[in-house]
Amino acid sequence: MSTVNSTHEHQSSGGGVPYKKYKHAHHWRSQSEEFDAVKLGFWLFLATEVLLFGGIFCAYAIFRMMHPEAWKEGSSALDWRWGGLNTVVLLLSSYTMAASIFAVQTGQFARAKRNLLITLFCGCLFVAIKMTFEYIPKWSGFFFILDPSLATYKAAAVEGKTAFMGLFQYVEGYGGKRPGELFTHPFAKDPNVPMWWSVYYSGTALHALHVIIGMILIARVYIKLGKGHYGPTYYSGVEIAGLYWHLVDLIWIFLFPLLYLIH
Amino acid sequence: MTTVDTSKSGGAHGGHGGHGHHGSYLEPRSSFLATIWDWATTVDHKKIGVMYLFAVLFLFFVAGVLALMVRTELLTPVRFVDGKVVGQELFSLFYPGEEATSVNKGNTVYNRIFTLHGAIMVFMVIVPSIPSSLGNFFLPLMIGAKDVAFPKLNLLSWYIYVIGSLFGIAAITQGGVETGWTFYTPYSSNTDFGQVTLMVLAAFILGFSSILTGLNFVVTVHKLRAPGMGWFDMPLFVWATYATAIIQVLATPVIGITLLLLCLERVFKIGIFDPALGGDPVLYQHFFWFYSHPVVYVMILPGMGIISDVLAVQSRKHIFGYKAIAFSSLGIAAVSFLVWGHHMFTSMGEIASVVFSGLTFLVAIPTAVKVFNWISTLYKGTIALNTPMLYVLIFLFLFSIGGLTGLPLATMSTDMHLHDTYFVVAHFHYVMMGGTIMALMAGLHHWWPKMFGRMYNEFGGMVGAILVFVGFNVTFFTQFFLGTQGMPRRYASYVTEFQTLHQISTVGSFILLLGFLVHLFVFIHSLMAGAKAPKNPWGGLTLEWVADSPPETHNFPHEPLVKNGPYDFESTVPPHWDPKDYPLENAGAHKH
Repeated sequence: MSTVNSTHEHQSSGGGVPYKKYKHAHHWRSQSEEFDAVKLGFWLFLATEVLLFGGIFCAYAIFRMMHPEAWKEGSSALDWRWGGLNTVVLLLSSYTMAASIFAVQTGQFARAKRNLLITLFCGCLFVAIKMTFEYIPKWSGFFFILDPSLATYKAAAVEGKTAFMGLFQYVEGYGGKRPGELFTHPFAKDPNVPMWWSVYYSGTALHALHVIIGMILIARVYIKLGKGHYGPTYYSGVEIAGLYWHLVDLIWIFLFPLLYLIH
Repeated sequence: MTTVDTSKSGGAHGGHGGHGHHGSYLEPRSSFLATIWDWATTVDHKKIGVMYLFAVLFLFFVAGVLALMVRTELLTPVRFVDGKVVGQELFSLFYPGEEATSVNKGNTVYNRIFTLHGAIMVFMVIVPSIPSSLGNFFLPLMIGAKDVAFPKLNLLSWYIYVIGSLFGIAAITQGGVETGWTFYTPYSSNTDFGQVTLMVLAAFILGFSSILTGLNFVVTVHKLRAPGMGWFDMPLFVWATYATAIIQVLATPVIGITLLLLCLERVFKIGIFDPALGGDPVLYQHFFWFYSHPVVYVMILPGMGIISDVLAVQSRKHIFGYKAIAFSSLGIAAVSFLVWGHHMFTSMGEIASVVFSGLTFLVAIPTAVKVFNWISTLYKGTIALNTPMLYVLIFLFLFSIGGLTGLPLATMSTDMHLHDTYFVVAHFHYVMMGGTIMALMAGLHHWWPKMFGRMYNEFGGMVGAILVFVGFNVTFFTQFFLGTQGMPRRYASYVTEFQTLHQISTVGSFILLLGFLVHLFVFIHSLMAGAKAPKNPWGGLTLEWVADSPPETHNFPHEPLVKNGPYDFESTVPPHWDPKDYPLENAGAHKH
């Protein structure tokens, strides 16, 4: 190599080349060594993610111990069916993600893209369910009109209802389940229920943020796959997006029973 | 070649990379702007290391000025004379035109200044200092690699570091923070003063930089060692950096979530740490120290690595107890995760406190193993008493004091008396400054010729080192006395009985400043007019001495093949050899 700035030329790491021509970065001896290193690095990164959520789980455990009544009251306000549906959605998406990695490894690109699209769709569905049926009603008292539980709550509502933007209906006395000082729900029995909502919103919102980041990674993989950057001989991008997505799934697998199932 | 065979390619080399001479990594581009752009977009670990070095040294200067302001304010106790405040004249700079009739304003400025000193020193200087600057530069060189495992990620961590530091500087200029660098709740979550959110975000962002650097180093050490370099052929600086990187990866996420929750607490009032809303302020302290205690070892371990390498080279003797030093690094890393509770003796139960006290004593064991091994290495060595070696000796002296004064703080009965006094201040300055910064200075002088291709002035370096040593001890040894006599930390004023000791301490801090200014002058002089450095000015056997001074872009012309251990001086260097006599090219070398 006689060029002076060869550093930059070697650094493309597959940025704009089809997978068959992919050449590992200049400081690796072979592509498989590079792939191993990428995987090791990403597993370490996943460890940091687990520790990040570890803080939330730790807070959950400690406050559960400090305020068991508040935890009972707070968790009973969550509907396990929405949480369960979201669990199914994420598990399905984990399957399709794994399937798309397999498809890339075996050169079935149409199948890989189809599976990636389903994964992306599941990610969107997860966030949509979370927002529409969980966050918005609990925070503000506005229910999506197709929400099956709306009828129940309307019957139990204190005072009438007001229509909002056509798609949402207001149920008096249901909303205000917010974290900490923002808590305005009028029927809380335990004074520490706002703590529960603090942990609930911190944990699930941080998780939802990870779902969105995961979707961005998958969308990037989808686009690069369309351009022919990945294939049976080079697929580290697909693999690490998959690892990340499984982590997102795994964290939800822990959040779901802790928040929705045990009281 | 001494250590390696670079005459033929290492076989599995893939056939690309350096054929022929690339030129030094410092070589400027065609125009000034092109050079700037080249540095701003570089993925070369050496350039990134140098950029970190200068950023860290600049922030060290800023934090040093803040420390001097604290010391200057403490020259006299604050008192009222004719209804006016006397003793805080310096701080009238911060509220110009107003006359101080109460101590509140001055005390607030004092709180701001020591908080900024602490926050800058911890998050922006000491944590990244050695790993990100010297580590970045020398870790790949020492293991014979062309770069770190993920060069782009390395550049990203540099930019994250810059963004984090900018957030910190923004917080300073927009009103500052007066919580202390630990941001203890509920004060930090409730105070309306200053820019706590901004400063906390700065620390959060800097944490990401630290994680990514650590991750990069772990993978680099695992995957990029040159052929022939087993784990126990690695220089001890690499071992120490590796142990550090593991702590960075495993501890930093916890401070990440803690600071994130603190931000949410401030912005959304989620109340997790606020007792008024049902939260638990002690939980914050547990979270905080679960990170911040291991991070103390992030600060000191790379320094210990530098000492091991510089000491062996400058006394031209095989390091005593190589494996003991390597494993004690890992041992310190492991124990570091189990001692956080000693910051909260008063807020935990009796049994927990006893357990944490006992675990804290454990840290002394691997640390003492290191110190004894270093001293044994000196025995019958051919000691070259130059600036790096002088700093090694300074380190051994100061760090031993720092380490031993940690023991009365780990003992609960004595800690009850010493807790939150100047004794603690003196203790951690002996460890952080007397340990890490002295090791940084040792490493900086030792590797300066390699980094910039120029020698520094030995006499100037020695004068600087002596001034720093004297200034440091005058500043901080007095604080042990202040602490045992009951002077609490973080106070802007004191009873007049303490004045003599405070004044001695302040004089010491200015001697310290003088010492560092001498070093600054020596470094600038070296860059502008220093003699050209040979490849191997000290006769080191580790791989970085095989590369050019300064190294070429790809570090080595060919992938090096390791033939001997990093400290096999006895078998490779003739007795009474002096680097000035003739280059060490002909000393035959075989592994072990």
